[in-house]
Amino acid sequence: MSAYTADEMMAVEAARRIDDGTVCFVGIGLPSLAANLARRTHAPGCVLVYESGTVGAKPEALPLSIGDGELAETADAVVSVPEMFAYWLQGGRIDVGFLGAAQIDRHGNLNSTVIGAYDSPSVRLPGGGGAPEIALGARDVFVMLRHSTRSFVEELDFTTSLGDNVRVVATDLGILEPVDGELTLVAVHPGVDPDAARAATGWELEVAGDLRQTEPPTDAELTALRTLRTKSSV
Amino acid sequence: MAIAPLSDAVSVLVRDGDTVALEGFTHLIPHAAGHELIRQERRGLTLVRMTPDVVYDQLVGMGCARKLVFSWAGNPGVGSLHRLRDAVENGWPQPLELEEHSHAGMAAAYAAGAANLPFGVLRGYRGGNLRTHTRVATVTCPFTGEELAAVPAQRPDVGIVHAQRADRSGNVQLWGILGVQKEVVLASSRSLVTVEEVVDELEPMPGAVVLPSWTIDAVCVAPRGAHPSYAHGYYDRDNDFYVAWDAISRDRNSFVAWMNENVLSAVVA
Repeated sequence: MSAYTADEMMAVEAARRIDDGTVCFVGIGLPSLAANLARRTHAPGCVLVYESGTVGAKPEALPLSIGDGELAETADAVVSVPEMFAYWLQGGRIDVGFLGAAQIDRHGNLNSTVIGAYDSPSVRLPGGGGAPEIALGARDVFVMLRHSTRSFVEELDFTTSLGDNVRVVATDLGILEPVDGELTLVAVHPGVDPDAARAATGWELEVAGDLRQTEPPTDAELTALRTLRTKSSV
Repeated sequence: MAIAPLSDAVSVLVRDGDTVALEGFTHLIPHAAGHELIRQERRGLTLVRMTPDVVYDQLVGMGCARKLVFSWAGNPGVGSLHRLRDAVENGWPQPLELEEHSHAGMAAAYAAGAANLPFGVLRGYRGGNLRTHTRVATVTCPFTGEELAAVPAQRPDVGIVHAQRADRSGNVQLWGILGVQKEVVLASSRSLVTVEEVVDELEPMPGAVVLPSWTIDAVCVAPRGAHPSYAHGYYDRDNDFYVAWDAISRDRNSFVAWMNENVLSAVVA
């Protein structure tokens, strides 16, 4: 078994949860990596939808932006942005929406807007973009976020999107899923002590009684993931 | 005005204090036109754009904007916009008022503007804090009773986009990622389109949008006018530049020096 990074483990574990044929609404960064990895391994028929309007994109390399030219060249269809949000997302055609954020709370609500007060922020973040409607319009929402007390907080500085449809949160330490409406640690990655996840969480993190351990990345998964990254232009 | 030099078109169409939308969803971002606004020292603009990125960082950092209407502001795949953050967090070079939306809300607002409707309607802005900081209201469907979000139509004074090409009559053709190019041109009171080239005949392209000349006030030839964004079929996105912008824009002095060298003193055709 090759050595791998915590980020790679996070991407691999998120990718494993995408079934063949799943229609994924994908943002840039780790979600794009996970969805492309799924398509290159166990789910060749998963459909990647980028909010720039590319439906069924099949990039060889990881795009830097959600609007890279290769996405349009390889897509089954290219639609306008108003059509993307109205007909495809609001139309109920998205199975899985991926979201990241700066902060998450125990209910899966996310903040990608500001740190500090809205009118005098200490950090002005990019803002919601597609997230508010993805969070409620996709059947299932997958969140990918590195685990730390800065991001897993008792109270959000700003609620950008709601956690109603969040089914799984993949972190660099393990997997959280909602149990009775509260995100609970249900699995840790190999070698991770559940106390480390608790210590990296800003609320009293519940740990499932039947806590599982995720399987380390297979050689095939790592090879596919690194090939995607190597081919990336940046 | 049909086909005109960019400096003339900006001079006639864009006034201080206007609401101006430069659109292009990653693709076909009208950088050359944005630089002309900076060179002509437009002031007090309300800048509208779904995804403010490098060109809006430049406009804000050079003091052109009073207000920003947007849904996602960042350097895609790279990080923050340092000039925008400096304006919001520190008021440099001047304070910037924000009107923030979601992508779905902005898209609906442009589509409503193009359709000459007073508002766009969507299932959105539910819960969360955004609705208390922006212009959105609730309407009830008269048929089902469902409560939906209403966003005021976006009707810019001037809409500016880039496209691949125009014919000699000024009919414009664009393809690849379409963004909200068509909507912003049709929603705006005045519109300016920069193009890579003028051709004798617009050969049909798969999925292309054509904007008839009579929907556009000025077409300006600006080769590589989207750079560092891209024009599908002409040149690729300059991802290295987006990465480099992070360091250029992080510091006020290095930003101003870069703008002086690359925009203000640039010779315009």
